[in-house]
Amino acid sequence: MNRHILAATAAFAVSMVSARANAQTIAITGGTVYPVSGPRIEHGTVIIQNGRITAVGRDVGIPAGATRIDATGRWVTPGFIHASTTLGLSEVGSIDGTNESSREGVINPSFNVADGINPAVVNIAVARMEGVTSTIARPGGGLIAGQAIFIDLAGDQARDMIVKSPVAMVIDLSENSKSAGGGSRAGVIQRLRTLFRDALEYERRKAEYQKREVQDLAAPAAELEALLPVLHGVVPVYAIANRKSDIENALSLMTEFTLKLVILGGTEAWKAAPALAQAKVSVAVFPLTNIPTFDGTGARSDNATILSDAGVNVIVVEGESGGPRNLRFAAGHSVRNGMKWDSALRAITLAPASAFGMSDRYGSLEPGKVANVVIWTGDPFEYSSKAEHVFIEGRDIPLTSRMTELFNRYRTLPPSY
Amino acid sequence: MPSRLSILALCLTAACAGRSGVNTSANPGAIDTTSADRPQYASTYHRHENPPVFIRNATILTAAGPEMARASISLRDGRIVAVGPDIAPPADAVIVDGTGKFVTPGIIDVHSHLGVYSAPGTFAESDGNEATDPVTADVWAEHSFWPQDPQIPLAIAGGITVMQALPGSANLIGGRSAVLRVIPARTVQEMKFPGAPYGLKMACGENPKRVYQNRGPSTRMGNMAGYREAFIRAEQYRRQWDKWNAKHEGEPPERDLELETLADVLRGRILVQNHCYRADEMAQMMDLGREFGFKIRSFHHAVEAYKIADILAREGVASSVWADWWGFKMEAFDGIPQNAALLQQAGARVAIHSDDADGIQRLNQEAAKALYAGIQAGIPITREQAVRWITANPAWILGIDSLTGTLEPGKSADVVVWSGDPFSIYTRALMVYNEGWLVYDRNDPKRHPETDFNIGIDNPGVGR
Repeated sequence: MNRHILAATAAFAVSMVSARANAQTIAITGGTVYPVSGPRIEHGTVIIQNGRITAVGRDVGIPAGATRIDATGRWVTPGFIHASTTLGLSEVGSIDGTNESSREGVINPSFNVADGINPAVVNIAVARMEGVTSTIARPGGGLIAGQAIFIDLAGDQARDMIVKSPVAMVIDLSENSKSAGGGSRAGVIQRLRTLFRDALEYERRKAEYQKREVQDLAAPAAELEALLPVLHGVVPVYAIANRKSDIENALSLMTEFTLKLVILGGTEAWKAAPALAQAKVSVAVFPLTNIPTFDGTGARSDNATILSDAGVNVIVVEGESGGPRNLRFAAGHSVRNGMKWDSALRAITLAPASAFGMSDRYGSLEPGKVANVVIWTGDPFEYSSKAEHVFIEGRDIPLTSRMTELFNRYRTLPPSY
Repeated sequence: MPSRLSILALCLTAACAGRSGVNTSANPGAIDTTSADRPQYASTYHRHENPPVFIRNATILTAAGPEMARASISLRDGRIVAVGPDIAPPADAVIVDGTGKFVTPGIIDVHSHLGVYSAPGTFAESDGNEATDPVTADVWAEHSFWPQDPQIPLAIAGGITVMQALPGSANLIGGRSAVLRVIPARTVQEMKFPGAPYGLKMACGENPKRVYQNRGPSTRMGNMAGYREAFIRAEQYRRQWDKWNAKHEGEPPERDLELETLADVLRGRILVQNHCYRADEMAQMMDLGREFGFKIRSFHHAVEAYKIADILAREGVASSVWADWWGFKMEAFDGIPQNAALLQQAGARVAIHSDDADGIQRLNQEAAKALYAGIQAGIPITREQAVRWITANPAWILGIDSLTGTLEPGKSADVVVWSGDPFSIYTRALMVYNEGWLVYDRNDPKRHPETDFNIGIDNPGVGR
């Protein structure tokens, strides 16, 4: 737990899980269970108690008083983790008043999105109904966008939702941040190097800094301070990088400063697959990215497949205009493009959990893990399937949203206003 | 069938000249200089030779009738010759084994910006919005269209055979569309679908009032005034020209590119393709059509069409929708995934469109999303209906439904062979025939079209 101490709210949030979770005992029986951490279990049982999974298997005793849910003919999976969204930070894309994911300026290590989370946004329920139970809510914009957080998609207050804060530091090495480097990629890397060195110098010479005996540093103290968990390898860098050369720059910085690194985007990561596998760097990919741009002329549909086959911990994310609810289809698209089905399931469960240091509590159906569990009518990657039950921290979440309300209002016309 | 009539009318005009290879300008003195009959940017499309093809033992979704199991389809000289369970292969045909596979008509996307917003997506390729005036009926998408857009082969590999390239939605009236066969070509005219009427892009709501907020229109009522003002001018222009055309006496009226297009909308020769999200605004636009005597062919995006599905069915106006895009702006806030299904249930005509270079690569999948969103909400939509959302209905919206969009004898051999059920996420297009030309074959690298941009730039291209 030591490495989590710097994540101040994390310990607090962990303690909250049991306090806020449903005390009910639930037994999901008869379904085909996909634990992700192990092989699939036919006619398996999953027991949930106090918001945690307490047992998973074929011959599991059902505690007295448990609410039984018959999942015969159904598929049971962990809740899906969307590793790159603004869910909770954005409601209507074009309405600034509803958008909380970016702060002015280009160097924002101290910017943490947690206090911008609005549990009432309507798109949370929409994503949840499609089996997305946790996300990494991340900032965007500038060179160092700020601190991302890991949230569960249920709760009345932000603090009910936040599981780990920060969970990553978002740094943009794509063409979008070039202006922060004076218009050049080399300038971006140089600026980061200076910031990192100055943060370490600030740490070494805090007393002198406070007496103003240190020459000007590259950023204010609060920003440098916020970089220290990153430079100690406690908080991973979530680096947006698409071009192979940008990915290689990220790998160089990782070695130079002993960072923990996760790549986001990774359009040309397939070209660097062996290096990424060897460096144990996880890559979060958008499986539909196959259109060449100058940020990644080598875009291809089977990027995730190549990375996965090379042994890289692949995370699947999506960025469609249909919204984060389409995460399960993003995994399906990866399978269509050659990824093994089991790897695609892992790419939206255990892969993101392990990349961001959350696999002790998330990403699989194992005793002790947070009870984020979904019961599907069939293969969760198929359009013909739907979620029948979504459990978040052990609570059976009502599968309704503003969309279902609108549908009910207009399913017969004219509506009865 | 009004569309058949409009096609016949247009086949007398420039668009059909290219098909027969006849140069109607051989005797320039004889050109009738009336707006629609003057040769203007004629299609030079010609059918590519391909041996006869017989696809056997497949599940065939014809978009014109019931699903056929273990059926065959016979293609020759760019036409569908026969479809059914009991047809025999001609001796000279290439036999394609369709066992376990599905066959559908070629997919038609009525809303694309490929070629006008080309990859790699720099300002240099940004040619979709002539955002210099709220009314630019004078611009034509085909004059922006870049046939070397590397997104085109990706769309072909997704089973697209025909698309409508549209100007963007910055303007109240954005300009003429181009209805194109999606094939490798050096010029846009080699792609232009012979006989297809032009479309006119119009846009409601937030986009025009946002783009022009400093000069106007800056409100929805300003938008309406802008359309009305333009069509009032067009009415007068049409009268002047119709009068002159009747007698050809004296000096012809002065040509005006903008009004020439709008007058052809009033004559019913150009189909209105109207970007419009909100239900109440769609009603306003249908009123606009009534004021000037034209009919909107299809609303595009139509995120709230489900709220007026009964009205749209009664009016015979189609809705071209996304499966599930929503929430990115206020007029998209009420989007629901059952939009298409509710429209279908109400008897309205629905198409699934992409408006997107990713979405066009898997329009079948977007249709699947909308199909099952309906079924899961208790609306009994069938695959037979859903396949029409991406074939027969878009063909009607483009006014080419007598030529393509279904698998019926006599129709263009625009055919896709799929690896399985086209409404499964795991299915992909294996073979794509465009008027009989095998333009894509997943298993034959020689049939993976590439644009010039793909060459030598370390781009993996299609099929990967």
